[in-house]
Amino acid sequence: MELLVASAIGLLTAVGAYLVLRRRTFPVVIGLLFLSYAVNLFLFVMGRLAIDKPAIYSPDVAGYADPLPQALTLTAIVISFGMTALIVVLSLRGFLETGANDVTIGPDDMQRTFGSQQKRSGHE
Amino acid sequence: MKLALIALIPFFGALLPPFTARSGRDLCMAVTAAVTLCALLLLLSEVPSVYAGEVVRWSVEWVPQLGLAFSFRLDGLALFFAALILGIGLLIIVYARYYLTRSDPIGRFYAYLLAFQGAMVGIVLSDNILLLLVFWELTSLTSFLLIGYWSGEPASRRGARMALVMTGGGGLALIAGMLMLGHIAGSYELTEILARGDQIKASPLYLPALLLILLGAFTKSAQFPFHFWLPQAMAAPTPVSAYLHSATMVKAGVFLLARLWPALSGTDEWFLIVSLTGIVTMTVAAWIALFKEDLKALLAYSTVSHLGFMTMLLGFGTPIAAVIAVFHVLNHATFKAALFMCAGIIDHETGTRDSRKLGGLLVLMPITSTLALIATASMAGLPLTNGFLSKEMMLEQAAHTAYAGVTWLFPVLATLAALFSAAYSFRLAVDTFFGPVPRDLPHQPHDPSPGMWLPVAILIVPVIAIGIMPELFAGAIVRNTAEAVIGQAPPAVKLALWHGLTPALGMSVIAILGGALLLFFIRPIETLRAAVWRPQAERMFTAVIDAAVEVARRFMAFTHRNALQDYMLIIAIAVIGVGAFGFLTGQYAPGERPMLPMSAAAVVGWIVLAVACIATVLKHRNRLLVLILSAVVGLIVSLGFMQFSAPDLALTQISVDVVTTILLLLALNLLPKESPVETPGGRRLTDGAIALIAGIGVAGLAYAVMTRGFETISGYHIAQSKPGGGGTNVVNVILVDFRGLDTFGEIIVLGIAGLTIAALLSSALRGAAARRLDAMRPNVESKDAHPLMLSVATRVLLPLILTAGLYILLRGHNLPGGGFIAGLVVAIALIMQYIASGYAWAESRLRFDAAAMIGGGVTMAGAIGLASLAFDWPFLTSTFGYVPLPLIGEVEVTSAMVFDIGVFLTVVGTVLLSLATISRVEHRAEKASERNIAAKPADAAPAAPAAQEPAVVAGGAGE
Repeated sequence: MELLVASAIGLLTAVGAYLVLRRRTFPVVIGLLFLSYAVNLFLFVMGRLAIDKPAIYSPDVAGYADPLPQALTLTAIVISFGMTALIVVLSLRGFLETGANDVTIGPDDMQRTFGSQQKRSGHE
Repeated sequence: MKLALIALIPFFGALLPPFTARSGRDLCMAVTAAVTLCALLLLLSEVPSVYAGEVVRWSVEWVPQLGLAFSFRLDGLALFFAALILGIGLLIIVYARYYLTRSDPIGRFYAYLLAFQGAMVGIVLSDNILLLLVFWELTSLTSFLLIGYWSGEPASRRGARMALVMTGGGGLALIAGMLMLGHIAGSYELTEILARGDQIKASPLYLPALLLILLGAFTKSAQFPFHFWLPQAMAAPTPVSAYLHSATMVKAGVFLLARLWPALSGTDEWFLIVSLTGIVTMTVAAWIALFKEDLKALLAYSTVSHLGFMTMLLGFGTPIAAVIAVFHVLNHATFKAALFMCAGIIDHETGTRDSRKLGGLLVLMPITSTLALIATASMAGLPLTNGFLSKEMMLEQAAHTAYAGVTWLFPVLATLAALFSAAYSFRLAVDTFFGPVPRDLPHQPHDPSPGMWLPVAILIVPVIAIGIMPELFAGAIVRNTAEAVIGQAPPAVKLALWHGLTPALGMSVIAILGGALLLFFIRPIETLRAAVWRPQAERMFTAVIDAAVEVARRFMAFTHRNALQDYMLIIAIAVIGVGAFGFLTGQYAPGERPMLPMSAAAVVGWIVLAVACIATVLKHRNRLLVLILSAVVGLIVSLGFMQFSAPDLALTQISVDVVTTILLLLALNLLPKESPVETPGGRRLTDGAIALIAGIGVAGLAYAVMTRGFETISGYHIAQSKPGGGGTNVVNVILVDFRGLDTFGEIIVLGIAGLTIAALLSSALRGAAARRLDAMRPNVESKDAHPLMLSVATRVLLPLILTAGLYILLRGHNLPGGGFIAGLVVAIALIMQYIASGYAWAESRLRFDAAAMIGGGVTMAGAIGLASLAFDWPFLTSTFGYVPLPLIGEVEVTSAMVFDIGVFLTVVGTVLLSLATISRVEHRAEKASERNIAAKPADAAPAAPAAQEPAVVAGGAGE
């Protein structure tokens, strides 16, 4: 079972890394989503795998899954949502503002966007 | 307390002018003047005790670990300077009311002025040298604002920036020097430092500390070779120049030299550096002033020269020279402030400050001219004015001073400086006030209203009064101040008009006659001067700044590639490199922890995940498909949590996935649906290889960890969950109780994210983004946006889901659930209404404010945390008890429950706010595309056949 989980985490990481290296905003957002799946799972398995041992206290239960990584992962999932939401909205606003959805700015775009400003600050 | 108030009143008072500016300029001026008057009266109420020889002190600890304290100290020197700052400040406030035009925002001006005034008073009253540094930097910042007040003018901005760079840069050196000084003395309190002069001078750190402190003082007081910022700062409104360059800003450097005089002076180093800098500044600046045609530029260089005068006297290091320096501070402040104000009046009335264009003003503006002539006489050092007295005494000192064995240097240079001073003063008087009346002035000049010349007249009174009867009017002030400078009783100095036939008298006569003579040869000297090359400090400064900017720009161009792809690649390679290094240099042995057996269900789940992952990579250009695939992956992940005994995580993950998918769908609706092929094939292969290596690395790491045993601290949490936290769901108890502070931080971050999203999107409804939204073409996928079935079903489900959400929230402490999950579930139920029935429908029925929910939730969680402080427990300590209820039996009530409700509210608010704002943007695009259809029926016809929307097309055709 450990092998399955470890390879799944690896797969998610690889997909996430590949997508994050793309040139458009949307694949990067999806890539981050995959990376957060991988990271959350990784964090979770630090408590090792346990089957049928939920962390619900009861006097007559012998073993529990480690609750601490679970608690940390829970907030991590929610924060990942916050981050994904923020980034997708950032990319959306950027697209609406500029009409472009690249994460790489070419030299021409630089000139267009910042050229006049650089000129201004250069003198005086 | 009173001392701190004197410094703080102007700061707090600075809030008033902007509010009163709308009620009229007179009221605004009155309020500002009242603030300064308050501080001045408070200060004057301390005069009796200070003049009785007492040093008033008041102190409150600020950061005791750093030696920083709010400590203030009032002795003769502080009283003298504070009175000058506040007194002249009062006159400037009145004058500025009449100087500024209606188009100048007067509220802003007075606010800056008061803030600056507070900082200056703070410098002179500080007992703690770190506090002094804080005020010192504040003067740099506020003077920047004042000099750049006319921010529309390039000259103003340039002057302000140069002043900030010079005085701020010197301020940095001063910080270092003061820290060293405090280190040597073992205390940051001035009172202590002043008493340990011998210890300081004997220290090996004395010289570096001295140099750094002098750098700070010299830049502030515009000493050669840092003098060039001061004339540039003349781009400021004249009241600012009058204030900054007579009594305040530039005097801060002189004040510092005087303040630290007992601790630092009296050594050879002090004498050699300070006195030489002073006399060079005095002579060179006076020489430059001689050739300035702009009245304010002439006054600026004259100011630099007089600052050199004071610096030189303090540099002599003898008590008597210090007395004279103090005397001259007083004299210079009066006549120079008056002259600046006169220059402002002339500029105001004639429209020019160019002495070549002016002339004969004595006839046209008799009052102003008379006042200005008296002040000019004082600047020239003519008898019966206060300027004469201090100059005379200075010459007397210079005559007896030998510099490194050279006896003639100081007498000659001092006489020359006095000669130049007389010459430029005469030139100013002759060119401006005498001679023929000019014809081509921009305005016909006449004397201004008394509001402008009265402040000048008030300043002229001491010029003459001290000039004629110095002992009566200035004797006590000078002696008291000098005593504070020297640290002991000052030598008996006779302030008198006639000292007998002294060398100084001879030098004075030479200076005055020579100055007058020089005026006749001014034209040929000017031609000669223009022909000879001379260093231009201002140009050098600009060149240095430009070079620094160029270096920074090259560095930026080299490192800042504007390509996230490249940055990500570098990061990925770096991380892989670090991991590989650790792996290759370490040792590896397989773990001993027994593995769990694979189950068929798990294998199926793994295969689904793998297929989804591979499909995602292959098909990532089809964005909608990728979105669906990522939702599949999310589902598998939550099933995984379920399998491995984490029901809370499974619930959280699945509800987060629903929300994320909805959000991404909404965003995708406005974004392009496809990603084009742009990256070359080779690059894609490298990316793939790097991604693969990263994946293998992470998988290996996870596997290595999972196959090893470990020690956990969770035993404590499980054991204490019920007795300590009052709940059996250990995960939830950890979240809301054991690690409540973490969770508190998390919900704050979440709330910030939600508010940022709302801000980003609401502002998209204006400007370029809004135009792009309005131009969106329709994207008709379904002819019925809000199908009846869906609307009805979600409306019926709403109360059910809300109940379920409430249940999940309430049971969370004991069974899987809790604030996070309940919040997501409830938010989904509400969002469903938006999806099914449309933004307008849902928004009009929403009875609460999502942003307020975020705030309310965070506040609630924080408040219950603070409540534990009332019981002397640490922040966020939770408690619980059992309340018997009829019929139901005993019900557990915990304070953590309130905390969890706070979490719940924050989550609901964040999700709802994000999704509702994005829906609002969609709504706008939707309406715009409907309009676009209506406006262009010909284009829209193929996409939306006439039969579907007859009314719209008919309406469009009819227009």
